[in-house]
Amino acid sequence: MKISPSLRADFLTYLTGYGLAIVLTGISFAFVFYRLLAPEAVFAVILFLALIQIIVHLRCFLHISLKQSSRSDLQLILFSALIIALMVCGTLIVVLDQKARMM
Amino acid sequence: MTFWHILLGRLTWTSIAFVRTWRDPTISGIIGGGAAAVAVGGAVVVLALLTYLRAWRYLWTEWMTSLDHKKIGIMYMVVAGVMLTRALIEAVVMRTQQAIAINNQGIVAPAHFAELFTTHGTIMIFFVGMPLLIGLMNYVMPLQIGARDVAFPYMNSISLWLTIGGGIMLMASLVIGKFSTGGWSGYPPYTELAFNGGVGPDYWIWSVSLSSLGALMTGINFAVTVYKLRAPGMTWMRLPLFTWTTLCTSILMIFAVPPLTIATLLLAADRYLGMHFFTNDLGGNMMNFVNLFWLFGHPEVYILILPPFGVYSEVVSAYSSKELYGYTSLVIATMAIAILSFTVWLHHFFTMGQSAPINAFFGIATMLIGIPTGVKIYDWIWTMFWGEVRLNTAMLFSIGFMVTFVIGGMSGIILATPPVDYMVHNTLFLIAHFHNMLIPGMLFGVIAGYYYWFPKAFGFRLSETWGRRAFYCWFFGFYLAFMPLYVMGLGGVARRSQELFDPALRPWTLIAEFGALLLLTGLACIFIQLYVSIRERHSTRVPVGDPWDARGLEWSMSAPPPEYNFATIPQVSRRDAFYWRKKYDGAYQPADHYRDIELPKNSMCGILVGMGLTACFFGFVWHIWWLAFLGFAIALGTAITRSFMRDVKRIIPAEEVAAHDRRWLDRAAAARPISRHLELTPENEGLAKWQG
Repeated sequence: MKISPSLRADFLTYLTGYGLAIVLTGISFAFVFYRLLAPEAVFAVILFLALIQIIVHLRCFLHISLKQSSRSDLQLILFSALIIALMVCGTLIVVLDQKARMM
Repeated sequence: MTFWHILLGRLTWTSIAFVRTWRDPTISGIIGGGAAAVAVGGAVVVLALLTYLRAWRYLWTEWMTSLDHKKIGIMYMVVAGVMLTRALIEAVVMRTQQAIAINNQGIVAPAHFAELFTTHGTIMIFFVGMPLLIGLMNYVMPLQIGARDVAFPYMNSISLWLTIGGGIMLMASLVIGKFSTGGWSGYPPYTELAFNGGVGPDYWIWSVSLSSLGALMTGINFAVTVYKLRAPGMTWMRLPLFTWTTLCTSILMIFAVPPLTIATLLLAADRYLGMHFFTNDLGGNMMNFVNLFWLFGHPEVYILILPPFGVYSEVVSAYSSKELYGYTSLVIATMAIAILSFTVWLHHFFTMGQSAPINAFFGIATMLIGIPTGVKIYDWIWTMFWGEVRLNTAMLFSIGFMVTFVIGGMSGIILATPPVDYMVHNTLFLIAHFHNMLIPGMLFGVIAGYYYWFPKAFGFRLSETWGRRAFYCWFFGFYLAFMPLYVMGLGGVARRSQELFDPALRPWTLIAEFGALLLLTGLACIFIQLYVSIRERHSTRVPVGDPWDARGLEWSMSAPPPEYNFATIPQVSRRDAFYWRKKYDGAYQPADHYRDIELPKNSMCGILVGMGLTACFFGFVWHIWWLAFLGFAIALGTAITRSFMRDVKRIIPAEEVAAHDRRWLDRAAAARPISRHLELTPENEGLAKWQG
């Protein structure tokens, strides 16, 4: 099978994404497994790495870039961001508000 | 670890319902054993009948392995019909229990009663509501947008078989083991290992997981279909309203179903792996389960309600012989409901203990949803206004819906007020409210849509007589069954009560019991309607395909449609494309040029993936680890193997398409156009006379 340059570029993107995803996940696990930091700090590190992971997935697997994003892609991303923000912020507000009851 | 333990996990003799009944022959035990006997007997009769009729090959090649969205849609509806029958019978048993058990034990024991309300709720939401609507959407949406199939036909088949797998697990729980007693929402800590060590919660977790995986895939599938496969010229504001609601529902499924999958899987982690996500101790927080569950649960309500709103929009417009009033406002209202549905989940747990400002916020957000819904009701009323309204079965159900749904909406506004909710929380008032939304909102819509699109799918109309009988049973049955529940709920009767203690409640429980029986009669009427219609099919055939003088593209081909739907992909220039084509004589014209059509080949990969995962999850329930591993290996192996298959398409040659199209056009040319007031007579061959 002949491999065209675009296919090659695609393949490289996926491979980069895969590598980055594994490395980011590995670092998270390492922080927990080797107890590298205090629990609160570990939590912050994992959160940060997870956010980077999201960007890696969007860029490398879903091929969303800032340059060429078409309008419907942008709409979908904004909509997803809105819904996820609603769910995540809502959950944080609700659970933190009730935290005293689980103490 | 004995051999038997490895082979059968925690399955023992006493897990089998018949053995339990033998050892405990009380009325409750006999009811349980009887239900198991019906499940086993039903399965045996169906298998024997299929063998006797030598229908296995036909069933396998034409249906089970089919990737045709139309057949998958029909299979969804059939599965839902079976599950609906079971869940409605369970409802009647529960009503009977409450009618009898006033200061006595009644007919079903407390744990059995708890199983009944859990399976009733789980089935009605996940295995009746969702499959009925996914079935309708599957059938109709691609036809409405001028597509030959959904975007991912193979994934569609996987979704179907995952749903069927969940249904099989629920049926299996009748015979082997017991289902959860934790209600359809399965709140921990009650469903945690410490309080509920049996297989019940595991059945619940894994059957719901199957259903939610299927629903997620369906959501992705339908959203991509509407985004990518619309016919040329079918711009957003030309989409039929049912397609709009399908799109919004799909988006809701994509975002709302994962929280459920996560919640059930985290609960499974608690139960299987010794985690503490939702336990009382070691940092667990069961309130987050409630939060996650309703992050799914509230949008789920709109997943169930929006597609019927689309059905009503189509049905009311077609049978009022008028363009849909306020199309734009209906689209905006649908979108508004879809987004608002993510801002109100907390109203399901006002009483859980968050501070008052949070409750107030969610109360107000909940009331806001009344606005777009109200807009819709007015739009449908204005659509009927001065239209030539034909009061057939579908219209009766639609009008019955409008009246009843408004009452349910009002009680919803009452419940949205947190102080009032504190008074009636977890009472029968709530039960009356959500049945008041779901029966007219969802079920009436599905029945109306079923009546409306049935001739398209099968080529003959449904019996009007039995349709009307079904309507009267459903409509009055609903009021009789649930209005007493409002009264009892306001009086403080808790939901899920196995026994009541106030003799003054007797009249209300008896009325509700009568209503439940009427609803069951309504379901029987639906089945009789199907039987009678099949028997009388020769006098109700509508081969030309437009029996209702309707407006959308789905009516522009023969009934039943060819497997490729459209001989040539239509060009759309306005909303209600088929109406304008009929007006300007563009309908029933041969195409200039026919092309080869590419369709997906049948595949048994969907059934293998679905049943593999079902076997895997069944193994999880019973701790039969070899089965779990084997099932998972089959599912994963099939998925990987399929991704390497290249020969998955087949070609229908242009000559065949042209010949089929020509036969249909000849049929249309020979048919006599009939006017709308004759559409229920045998003269109706599916060709409508132009009446403007």
